[in-house]
Amino acid sequence: MKRWLKGAHRLRVTLWTLIVPPTTWAVHFLFSYLWVAISCERIGRWALFPTAFAIGTVVALIVILASGVIAWQQSRTPGDPPPHNEGTDIDRLRFLAYSTMLLAGLSFVAVIFTAMPVLMLGDCR
Amino acid sequence: MRGKSSAISILTAGFLAGCNTHQSTLAPFGADAADIRHLFIMMLVGAVLIAGGVALLMRHAVRAPEGSIDHRKGMRIVLWLGGIIPTVVLLGLLAYSLPYMKPRPASPADLTIAVDGEQFWWRVAYAPPGRPPILSANEIRIPTGRTVAFRLSGGDVVHSFWIPGLAGKMDMIPGRINSLVVRADKPGRYRGQCAEFCGLSHALMAFDVIAMPPAAFDAWLAEQARPARPGDAAGARLFAENGCGGCHGIAGVNAPSRIGPDLTHFGSRRTLAAGILPMTEANVAAFIRHPEKTKPGVRMPSFPQLSDDEAIALARYLQGLK
Repeated sequence: MKRWLKGAHRLRVTLWTLIVPPTTWAVHFLFSYLWVAISCERIGRWALFPTAFAIGTVVALIVILASGVIAWQQSRTPGDPPPHNEGTDIDRLRFLAYSTMLLAGLSFVAVIFTAMPVLMLGDCR
Repeated sequence: MRGKSSAISILTAGFLAGCNTHQSTLAPFGADAADIRHLFIMMLVGAVLIAGGVALLMRHAVRAPEGSIDHRKGMRIVLWLGGIIPTVVLLGLLAYSLPYMKPRPASPADLTIAVDGEQFWWRVAYAPPGRPPILSANEIRIPTGRTVAFRLSGGDVVHSFWIPGLAGKMDMIPGRINSLVVRADKPGRYRGQCAEFCGLSHALMAFDVIAMPPAAFDAWLAEQARPARPGDAAGARLFAENGCGGCHGIAGVNAPSRIGPDLTHFGSRRTLAAGILPMTEANVAAFIRHPEKTKPGVRMPSFPQLSDDEAIALARYLQGLK
C-alpha cells in the first residue's frame, strides 16, 4: 500500500486526469438508466439482486477513489505556503490535484446516491 | 390592528384548509398515504432541527470576535459542516426513505380497476378476476384490507390520479397504462382530485372514493354487475328521443359507449359532474340543460330546448338507475 502511494506521488495530475471522476460518475449514471430500461424491457421484471450492477458500482467507486487518492497525494507536494495562484508548474499541479480531489469526493457520493435507488427499489413500475 | 388580524385570518385560513379528513395525506385511510405522512413528519422534524442548528451557528458566527478561529480551523468547519455532515445526513435520509417508496406488490387475485382521465370526468371499469368488467364513472369504491390494482390511463390529455388519503399521485398518460397498487385500511367516504392541469375545468374534476368493508363491497360489486332497471317511462322516452344514448351507455337499455360517462347505476352515485354537485333532481335537471354552467369546457352539448318538466322527468329517470 505504501509503495502504491509512493507511486501515486510520482504520477502527474493533468486536465485529463481531472475529468476521470466526473466521467466515471457520468458513465455509471448512464449505465444505471440503461440497466433499468433494458432489464425491465427484456425480462419485464427486476433481477432479485442485480449482481452485475453492484459489481459495476464497486468498479466505479474504486476508479474514483484511486483518482482521489492520487490527487490527494499530489496536492500535498511540499513547497511554499498557500495561496497557490501563481502561473508556475508547481502551483498548477497543486490546483489541478486539489480540484481533482474535490471532484472525486463529489463523484464518489453521487455514484452511491445513484446506485442506492437502483439496488433498493427493484421494481419496473 | 384590523389589518393585522385580517392578515392573521388569511394566513390561518390557508393552513386550516388542510384540516379535513376526506382529502388529506395527513388524514390517511390507506397504507401508502400513512407512509407518506410518516416520511413527511420525519423530514419536517429533521428540517426544523437542522434549521435550528444553522440559526444557532449563525448567531455564534455573528457574535464571535474577528480572528477568533484561524484559517485551518475555519477550513475544518467548512469541511465538516459544509461537506461531510450534509452528505451523511442526506445519505441517511435516502436510505431511510427508499424502503417506503417501494411500490406495493400486486397479485393476480387482486381486483383491478381501470380508470381513464377524460376532460373532465373519470371513466371507471372494475375488472374482478375471471368476470367481465363493470363500467362506471366519477365514483370509485374499494374494499378495505385488500390490495387493489389501479390501471391508469388518459383518454385525451394528461391527467393525474390522486386520492390524497389513500396513496401518492400517478399520471394518466394517453397511450400508456400506469399501475398503482393500493390498500385501504379504514372504511369511509373520501375524495380524489385530478392533479395535473388538463383544461378549463381541471379544478372541477374530482371524484368520490368510498372504502367499504370487504363483504359489503362484494355485495355492492355483484349489484353493479346487474343491468339497470329503468323505471320512469317518460324519462326513458326523453333519453331516447334526445339521443343521450349516443354518448352514454346504460347496460340493459343501450350499448356501452366510449364517449361519455356510463350511466347504468347513475342514481346510486353520491355526486354529480365528477364530484362537484350533490346528486339532487334539481341539480341533474339543471346540468342536463346547461352543463357548461357547471363545467366550463365540458364536451357534453347543452339541451336548452328541454322544458323544466322534461328536464325533471329525465333527471328522475336517471336517478332511478340504481
